Amino acid sequence: MILNQFLILAAILFCIGVYGVLARRNGVLVLMSVELMLNAVNINLIAFSAYLRSSAGDVFALFVITIAAAEVGVGLAIVLLIYRNLHSPDLDRVEQLKG
Amino acid sequence: MNWFDDWALTLAIFLPALGLGIVLMLPKAEEQLAKVVALGTSLVTLAVGIGILAEFDYGKAGRLQFNVDEPWIKVINAHYHLGLDGISLPMLILSMFITVLCIIYSWNHFPEPHNVKGFLALILLLEVGMNGTFLAEDLILFFIFFEIVLLPMFFMIGVWGGPNREYASIKFFLFTLFGSALMLLGFLALFFLQGSFQIPTLAALGDGNLAETTRLLIFGGLFLGFAIKVPMFPFHTWLPDAHTEAPTVGSVLLAAILLKLGTYGFIRIAIPILPHAARIWAPWIGLLAVIGIIYGAFCCLAQTDMKRLIAFSSVSHMGFVMLGIATLTSFGINAAIFGMVAHGLITGMLFFIGGSVQHTFGTREMGRLGGLLKQAPKMGWILGFCAMASLGLPGLAGFWGEFPAVLSAYQPSHGLSTDAFRTFMVIAAVGTVLAAGYLLWMYQRVAFGEPKPEFANAHIHDVTTVEWIAWTPILLMIVALGVYPDIIFSLTNDGATHIANLVKAVGG
Amino acid sequence: MLEYAWIIPAIPVLSFVVILFFGKKMPKGGSEIGIFAVGTSFMLACITAVQWFQRVENASGKSGGAALSAFGKGLFARAGEGGVIVQPVVSTVRWFQMGGVTVSIGTRIDGLAVMMLFVVTLISLLVHIYSTAYLHDDVRFTYYYAALSLFTASMLTLVVASNTLQLLVGWELVGLCSFMLIGHWWEEQANTNAALKAFLTTRTGDVGLMIGVIITFFAANQSFDIGKVNASALAGLNGHTIWLVGASCLLIGIIGKSGQFPLHTWLPDAMAGPTPVSALIHAATMVVAGVYLGARVYGVFWQGFSIHSGGLNAMAIVGGITILIGAALAFVQDDIKKVLAYSTISQLGYMVMALGVGSWVGAVFHLFTHAFFKALLFLGAGSVAHSGSHHSFDMKKDMGGLRKYMPVTFITFMIGSIALAGIFPLAGFWSKDEILATAGQNGFELFTVVGLIGALMTAAYMTRCVYLTFFGEYRGHHHPKESPKAITIPLIVLAGFSVIAGFANASLFDIEKFKQYIEPTVAFPKNIFGVDFDIGLAALSVGIALTAIGIAAAFWIERKELKGLKGLTERSSVLKAGHTFLVNKYYLDYLYTDVIVGGIKGPIARASYWVNMNIIDGVINGVGKGATVIGRVVYRDIDQLVVDGAVNGIARETDQAGGLLRPLQSGRVQRYALMLFAAVGLIALALAIFG
Repeated sequence: MILNQFLILAAILFCIGVYGVLARRNGVLVLMSVELMLNAVNINLIAFSAYLRSSAGDVFALFVITIAAAEVGVGLAIVLLIYRNLHSPDLDRVEQLKG
Repeated sequence: MNWFDDWALTLAIFLPALGLGIVLMLPKAEEQLAKVVALGTSLVTLAVGIGILAEFDYGKAGRLQFNVDEPWIKVINAHYHLGLDGISLPMLILSMFITVLCIIYSWNHFPEPHNVKGFLALILLLEVGMNGTFLAEDLILFFIFFEIVLLPMFFMIGVWGGPNREYASIKFFLFTLFGSALMLLGFLALFFLQGSFQIPTLAALGDGNLAETTRLLIFGGLFLGFAIKVPMFPFHTWLPDAHTEAPTVGSVLLAAILLKLGTYGFIRIAIPILPHAARIWAPWIGLLAVIGIIYGAFCCLAQTDMKRLIAFSSVSHMGFVMLGIATLTSFGINAAIFGMVAHGLITGMLFFIGGSVQHTFGTREMGRLGGLLKQAPKMGWILGFCAMASLGLPGLAGFWGEFPAVLSAYQPSHGLSTDAFRTFMVIAAVGTVLAAGYLLWMYQRVAFGEPKPEFANAHIHDVTTVEWIAWTPILLMIVALGVYPDIIFSLTNDGATHIANLVKAVGG
Repeated sequence: MLEYAWIIPAIPVLSFVVILFFGKKMPKGGSEIGIFAVGTSFMLACITAVQWFQRVENASGKSGGAALSAFGKGLFARAGEGGVIVQPVVSTVRWFQMGGVTVSIGTRIDGLAVMMLFVVTLISLLVHIYSTAYLHDDVRFTYYYAALSLFTASMLTLVVASNTLQLLVGWELVGLCSFMLIGHWWEEQANTNAALKAFLTTRTGDVGLMIGVIITFFAANQSFDIGKVNASALAGLNGHTIWLVGASCLLIGIIGKSGQFPLHTWLPDAMAGPTPVSALIHAATMVVAGVYLGARVYGVFWQGFSIHSGGLNAMAIVGGITILIGAALAFVQDDIKKVLAYSTISQLGYMVMALGVGSWVGAVFHLFTHAFFKALLFLGAGSVAHSGSHHSFDMKKDMGGLRKYMPVTFITFMIGSIALAGIFPLAGFWSKDEILATAGQNGFELFTVVGLIGALMTAAYMTRCVYLTFFGEYRGHHHPKESPKAITIPLIVLAGFSVIAGFANASLFDIEKFKQYIEPTVAFPKNIFGVDFDIGLAALSVGIALTAIGIAAAFWIERKELKGLKGLTERSSVLKAGHTFLVNKYYLDYLYTDVIVGGIKGPIARASYWVNMNIIDGVINGVGKGATVIGRVVYRDIDQLVVDGAVNGIARETDQAGGLLRPLQSGRVQRYALMLFAAVGLIALALAIFG
């Protein structure tokens, strides 16, 4: 089994995700980027699971999917509230916690 | 009365907490009800205290009584361990007693921003912490109660205080918290080295098995925690600010009880658990104590604000208490406990009067006051009485804190430097003259002479009924303790001798 | 009664409480309670005294008989000598226990205590009666009586004290009463200043007392008991040095309380209080507390200062200096009360010097006689002010010629002055002579000379005082009249005592009641000096006193003639001569103060007064001001700047450090994420490199 392809794919997806999280201003897009990163991790987990013939990775992947679902739920709620309050999904305008 | 023996101390601590809960649940508008509930709670607590007085075995005043010892946090072997002996008994009763009187005094005297409910809740929370500290026999429990009192006092100063309240309250909080942190470190070190948080166990173990440096460092940590609370020179600067800004009742509780938590800690924890280290530290503590006596007195002479003067006088008076403790003798520790009670009553009373003076005249500036004896003769007389008590006039309570402390310094615990302590004795004795100086000077400026034109035609209330109710018990106690000091000495003597013997036993 | 002597101080305590709380509702403002209470105490004190005499008689193996007859007989027949031991009656109860030491409170009744009980209660009673008239319209009549009761109670507690700690308690309490009564008219700043000065000065001395009590406590192997302290001291327990230090400290206490040089300056200022108070507290009783202490724990001084070996010692020197400076200062006062105050200082000097030269009996005897005639003089001065000079004490402005208007006051005042001057056979003669003779025979000749010079000065300044007050023309602007009975009766009683008190120990006639009844026989220096009556010395001292009075009298006669002349001149013509006479009159006045002891006294007295007011007082005021200044400096520069500064500095530094890090806290989620990733990257890099 060729592990490398999976790892490279995951790395590419992760980097796209990181770029999205850091660079995009739109909250929804940031959330989607986070999803991308999580799924990149999932790919890694499953790849290793198959490679090492251990089911632990599958279990972790399932956990991550569950948590990702919850995260999206909460995250979208936050974005909605930000939109309602600031009339924009732009995350740069959320800086009330500035020290 | 077996039931009472088991539950008395728990009741003494948590009855105020119950009252606090009830007060918090009352609607904000029900001020009268809140007052009644708070007063009722504190009175019931005092009744428990009187029950303890009645049940206490005076023949065994040196031993812990009313013991409660239940496992609490198993992981760190912390116990819910309460106990009471002749040393903690007077402090516990004093704390209950003063709380009741503070609530009575507050009846018509709520400082701005009024909020009766919150104010009373804080007083009750303070009582929980104070009673708990005096009863805890487990270091973790002690620490928790020791810290609980910070919170209400912080809010009392920060919300109901004077113009500079934010500065004062934060300073108070951070200063004491800093000390507590080091104290906690000391406690933890003791736990890891000696394997217990139980004060009696640790005291029985002593510090003989610890390395010299270790025990000195641990004592140093405890010293900082307690010395800041006392407060000893040079850790005292939070005190005048806190006192000046605090509302009257806050000042009274602060002076009467809170300062004693520090000295009590020395007597209950630091010295019995670390007798070797105590012997090394003692001369330095004694030195700081006498510096505090003289220094506090000089600072008093420079004050124009009555309350600030009384605050600095606390520094001076607690110096006598610490000098007594530093001698590590039975005389000294007896004197220290007496000094704690006496200072609690007398200085508490002085702060009450300071508060009433401010209430009636709207100022505490001594330059603007004068002729109090003419406009409010009864208050003037009480002020004079307290000033005399505070300067250590024999026949009143203050003397029995001062004189035996000076006496004990003549012959400190075996092996301590006699020359050093005899020098301290003379300096401390000179401090009594300075005390007379600043107190009488204050009295002359406030009470003697003619009223200043500013207030000449003002309508000045003399002592009100509520004030009489709150003050009379204190005044009577000052006289009673002064005339018959055995009331306290008979309680504390066994315990004090025991501690002195612990120290003597390890002395070379 | 000897065992139950605690009742004597307990009665005035009770009356203090009653007067304080109910006095105002009483028809006579509480004075009746005070008089009744002190009267009862006086009766009990007399009974105690009689019982004590009886006890001594019984111990001497004499057929006791009625005590009074024993006393009466004793007055004329010399009692048997011999080493009879009469134990003092000590009755105590446990006071408190601490650190293995049980401290008792109780009474120790012996001759000395009995004598003091009698003196204190008698004079207090007379002052109580006197004050009903003197302070009749006072604003704080009731409080005045309450304070008097408290004072009497405290003084009696001090007197009967069975241990030094209890003595200290009484000692401080009388100080408090003194403070209250000096500041009785506290509306005026001068009075309150005087009260503060008195309290603080005596308290400075009390530091010595406190430490002395502590040292003797340890030196006597942890006991406060007076008997034990004396016995230990004489046995030289724990070495001589500790007793020397203890005695020196106690001496400081005596210096403060008994107005000895250099802490005497509070006493003249204390005259700001009402005159009866000056008589009771600042002449007859409280100020002699120091002397009483000295007599009480005499063993400590005997051992500490090695008095038996003769030579100089601190106690005698302090007393000797005080005699001279006190007497010298008395010359330059215009205020009659101040003359008497300085005279009191001088006389207290005699007592302290007597203790210092080993004349225990002399000191106690002089204390006894002085109490009567000095109280008499003060009350006489008060009578003058009350009815003669309209509440002024200025002899030069508002008095003069009062003998015509106030005969009773005049005669009693004369008796007091003569007694004070030490003229045979009045009270002062016997006691002063006892001191001088003992000093001479114990090898303290220098102090005999000092005492004689003091006697000369005493006679002279009292002549001046009497002259200015009672002779010449009335210079006031009121209508002098004799004082009411409440004032004159105490004067007459005291005058009676001033005449006869000396015969209690008239060595000339072999009457030595003090030696027999008052001098302790237990725990007391065994070889205390016995003294023979020195007729030559007595004659010398009386001669000196008479000479001084004679000079003054000469001036008085001369002045009378001058005045006649002056009157003639004025009537016949208003010329230069009359004018000169007028000027001369003032010159005479000036000369008067100048001539009596020659040219020496004026400059010296003025110089010492200057020293007193400027240097010693200056030091005291300077210390007070200095303390305030130091206080201000300590507070502002050290406390607020350094100590508090350090505290605030730490807080500020923390705050600034926070400010530096502040930009990092941008509040933007993505910024944080960037930092997170950057950190992760850095860590990964580090791991890759170093891992």
